[in-house]
Amino acid sequence: MSGSIVRALKCRECGQEYKIAPTHVCEFCFGPLEVAYDYDKLEGKFTRELIESRPQTMWRYRELLPIDGEPTVGVQVGFTPLVRAHNLEKALGVSELYIKNDSVCYPTLSFKDRVVSVALSKAVEFGFETVACASTGNLAGSVSANAAAAGLKSYVFIPHDLEQGKVLSAAIYGTKLVGIKGTYDDVNRLCSEIAGKYDWAFVNVNVRPFYAEGSKSFAYEIMEQLGWQAPKHVVVPMASGSLCTKIDKAIKEFTRFGLVENAGTSIYGAQATGCSPITRSVKEGTDLIHPVRPDTIAKSLAIGNPADGYYANKVILDSGGWSEDVSDDEIVAAMRLLAETEGIFTETAGGVTLGCAKKLIEAGRIPRDESIVVSVTGNGLKTLEAIEGRVDAPSLIGPSLAEFDDLVKADKA
Amino acid sequence: MKLRVYLTFTSENAREPIVWKLGRDFDVVTNIRTAEIKEGMGLMGLEIDGETEVVEAAISWLESQGVHVEPIEQSVIAG
Repeated sequence: MSGSIVRALKCRECGQEYKIAPTHVCEFCFGPLEVAYDYDKLEGKFTRELIESRPQTMWRYRELLPIDGEPTVGVQVGFTPLVRAHNLEKALGVSELYIKNDSVCYPTLSFKDRVVSVALSKAVEFGFETVACASTGNLAGSVSANAAAAGLKSYVFIPHDLEQGKVLSAAIYGTKLVGIKGTYDDVNRLCSEIAGKYDWAFVNVNVRPFYAEGSKSFAYEIMEQLGWQAPKHVVVPMASGSLCTKIDKAIKEFTRFGLVENAGTSIYGAQATGCSPITRSVKEGTDLIHPVRPDTIAKSLAIGNPADGYYANKVILDSGGWSEDVSDDEIVAAMRLLAETEGIFTETAGGVTLGCAKKLIEAGRIPRDESIVVSVTGNGLKTLEAIEGRVDAPSLIGPSLAEFDDLVKADKA
Repeated sequence: MKLRVYLTFTSENAREPIVWKLGRDFDVVTNIRTAEIKEGMGLMGLEIDGETEVVEAAISWLESQGVHVEPIEQSVIAG
């Protein structure tokens, strides 16, 4: 794409700017780098009509995504349904509720396909032939699948004791899977060292600034699907906290270009009680994030020391939002509630988000008469173990119509 | 190997001259890039440069002193 408006990478701490390159940390203060744009160059050119004329994928907003040319990886990703959840509205006693449903994101059924398609498209522009990530689930699947489709080699690092289902759902794509023995901290540090030594695009390390920008498409879509309006309230699951900050950035960008009016959107964070360092910081009124050892069934959110925790805390409080956490039992109850009311089967992270939304509504933090969007970021088929033994077992009968008739009578009783 | 890490100190070890001891006992070059201490918690961004085995031994020693050590990316592992 000619006329990219990407200007530089900018340190979020000291403001130092760097030319566009596969790098992610400020050489001066170690602060994280973020993509900065020359928005003025798009003035008057980035319109609803232009966006609506394009295919229904996340790339219809490509001027605000950090690649120079046409996307080469994940071209069909995005534009997942925004579901008006009438049954859930009744269950929760609210008037306008939506589910942004990335549990059906193409191709690997999680929101990670958005960030990975940007990271890998940028990796191709940089000339990388090998991509890599360290993951406990969704990211592993997404990098493996998207790399395969793009003809890139991939390495995926996983804890040695990762559940078999997750191992298989990455291995099928022919990625080089490496299980690492050791504690979480050991594995984390080794992956950082590997990323520093090998000339690969490590999606959540040296191309992280580009990778993270892909999250903005989640919010662009919500606003377009609401009829070019920003919601009043958005509830967001938090692992690193990055999604919160990128939803905020996306809303500010659309407001700046006049694509939506400023709705004063409040952003709410959701975490599992067994790993809630950002929620704890919000509730305790500090911006310090105290690291924790995760202990929750919501594995995809189990980041004990979230890299964007400080920034997520700030976005939540500056937007007038709040943060909440839910127990494992509340997570499963919320997964069931979503499935039984709206026919949407989410992974545990979606249970965290809906469970927290419910608590925030009941506590009066989110008003019942304003628009609310609940962010569902992954598919329930990925975390079947979480509901094993927690849903009704099938009724067993012999091959006899009479036995079935008895069953129906019992159901009616 | 040049390693860039965040060290997290608790209220128990924040007053100890740990970086000085690190430089005295291990043949590494240390370079502090950022540091703050508040609400009973200290955070330091530190570059440690030296032979790979020495840097790894230095990290193990820091952990034995109750200092939490992690890469500057914090969580490289994602969900």
